[in-house]
Amino acid sequence: MSAGSGGVGMFGADALIGELTPAPSAPTRRRRGRPRLWRVTIFVLSAIFFLGPLLSAFKFSLITANGSYGLSNYSQIVGSSAIRSSLVTSLEIAVIAAVVVVSLMLPTVVWVRLRRPQLTLLLEGVTLLPIVIPPVVVAAGLEELQRNAPSWVVSLVFNHALTGLTPFYVVLAMPFTYRALDTGVRAIDLRTLVDASRSLGASWTVTLTRVILPNVQTAVLGAMFLTIALCLGEVVISSLLLYTTFPVEIIQESLSGTAGISVALSIVTLAFTFLLLFSLSLIAGRRLGPGSSRVL
Amino acid sequence: MIRFEGVQRHFGGVAALAGLDLEVARGELIALLGPSGCGKTTALRILGGFDRPDAGRLLVNDVDVSFVPAHKRDMGMVFQAYSLFPNMDVRSNVAFGLRMRRQDRATRLRRADELLELVGLTRTADRYPHQLSGGQQQRVAIARALAIEPAVLLLDEPLAALDARVRMQLRGEIRSLQQRLGITTLFVTHDQSEALSIADRVGVMRSGRLEQIDTPENVYRHPATQFVAEFVGAMNRLPGRIADNGEVAVLGRRIGVLNPDGRARGAAVDALLRPEAVAVVPDAAGPGEITDRTFLGSVTRLEVTLDGGQKLLVDSPGNGAGTAVGERVGLRILVESVTVADTRAGEPIPAGG
Repeated sequence: MSAGSGGVGMFGADALIGELTPAPSAPTRRRRGRPRLWRVTIFVLSAIFFLGPLLSAFKFSLITANGSYGLSNYSQIVGSSAIRSSLVTSLEIAVIAAVVVVSLMLPTVVWVRLRRPQLTLLLEGVTLLPIVIPPVVVAAGLEELQRNAPSWVVSLVFNHALTGLTPFYVVLAMPFTYRALDTGVRAIDLRTLVDASRSLGASWTVTLTRVILPNVQTAVLGAMFLTIALCLGEVVISSLLLYTTFPVEIIQESLSGTAGISVALSIVTLAFTFLLLFSLSLIAGRRLGPGSSRVL
Repeated sequence: MIRFEGVQRHFGGVAALAGLDLEVARGELIALLGPSGCGKTTALRILGGFDRPDAGRLLVNDVDVSFVPAHKRDMGMVFQAYSLFPNMDVRSNVAFGLRMRRQDRATRLRRADELLELVGLTRTADRYPHQLSGGQQQRVAIARALAIEPAVLLLDEPLAALDARVRMQLRGEIRSLQQRLGITTLFVTHDQSEALSIADRVGVMRSGRLEQIDTPENVYRHPATQFVAEFVGAMNRLPGRIADNGEVAVLGRRIGVLNPDGRARGAAVDALLRPEAVAVVPDAAGPGEITDRTFLGSVTRLEVTLDGGQKLLVDSPGNGAGTAVGERVGLRILVESVTVADTRAGEPIPAGG
């Protein structure tokens, strides 16, 4: 793999380093020997720490009702209409919340940066509130709100997970979205791009969608991804308010004695989230293209 | 065509424009020159619609446009910072303004290609901004600004980020393009050589006001005020005295005064002399000594310290043969008239660039 590196050379990263650096002289090699051993040790330990439980869970999820190994838990997931409908609900909430929160936050971030920079601190403070206030408190407040709401509001809004939860997930997603978008907007020369676009005759809407949005695309995708991950993982508020979202369904499955299915569900969720992250980085990578020097 | 009428703009108590009056004729290139913070960029941004005057009016073709938003102004602007849209290729960048004007695709592309030809960048049409050099990016920015056939072209220090050679070349191209198209242009810069070489008229600004607006030659040779004299080009101050016939006696010679301003005979003044308006002659009994010597290529700049301790810059043509640090020299004034200023005893000569 890495004939010239002269070291352990069993890991990709080590091999790469070995190829990039010139063959070390004897004293350097001895000095580097110890850190390399440490590196391997830490790598192995953390791999066991992270992958061990995951592999055990996967193995557990493969155990069928009669004690042998098989995919029956997974086929039950696909077959169960309760799981399917909760997954659909959660995905709907996630996508709508992601779109809404970005279309609210992007104009806000741009407006504050261009016109009201003195509000930056206030905005940072306000967007931190959803993190500072514990979910249980939020849920208790929402419960109070639901109890006192007129019945038509209850039947129109609170009776459905989609309308009942999405607005609150939008609020919960604000901290991550704001920070992701703010970083993205900071990385471009916002004022010049906006001025240029305006002087060429573009309205604010066109400037926002055709000039700013494509140039903070990675940040927007990042913000959306975080929001989706949040919606697919949030359990406290939705279960306290008795909405059956996907994560609530996972817990219910495990409580009802079908632990195998619940673990299989967790594995599926994990794989799904990983795929999201992976496709995001793929999209970001393709946008930049080969030989690009843009830092975005 | 463009008229600023007493335009004022304040930023938190500081006057960026303290009543600007400026008129630009059709097809004219005016350069606004001044130190940073003099209000030149504010004037440009108000004309472009990116900022609004607190008082006064801005007229374009006798119509008050002070509060017309930027996207309805019909002005092409080129910025100091690279302003091409990174997500679009060069052709789409140039065609962007036409797209905003709802022109059909064929017209947009044809026009974009015409303009790219105009700035000599036909071959880069399919590239993205980050694949271009700084000079190329600014050329595309100029093409993009011209594509909408604007009434006015606004240039906000477009060459400031480029290296010296590209800067010289591009300013020549901008000038010839402007003359060929006959487009009214406002060019903001802090680089005096840029302003002098490119403009029909140069407006020198200071503290939100126009100090002088005149042809580059007049601004350089006949500065109206002391500020203009000292900001544009390097300038020496030499103590003198007003003599008969409104002349000034300086370095044992009597020469004319450009700005007599009713100064009394015998009044102590400083004569403002450019480095190239003075020559040194080797003279062992002369009044000064060469204390420094900088080779600048076409001239050699000498620093002469007079016996009174006063320092003086003298540009000696060529390599300044026969001048050496430590040598005693005499001084000869080469011009027939100078601008004078009130004496500023004890203050050092500004090291003008």
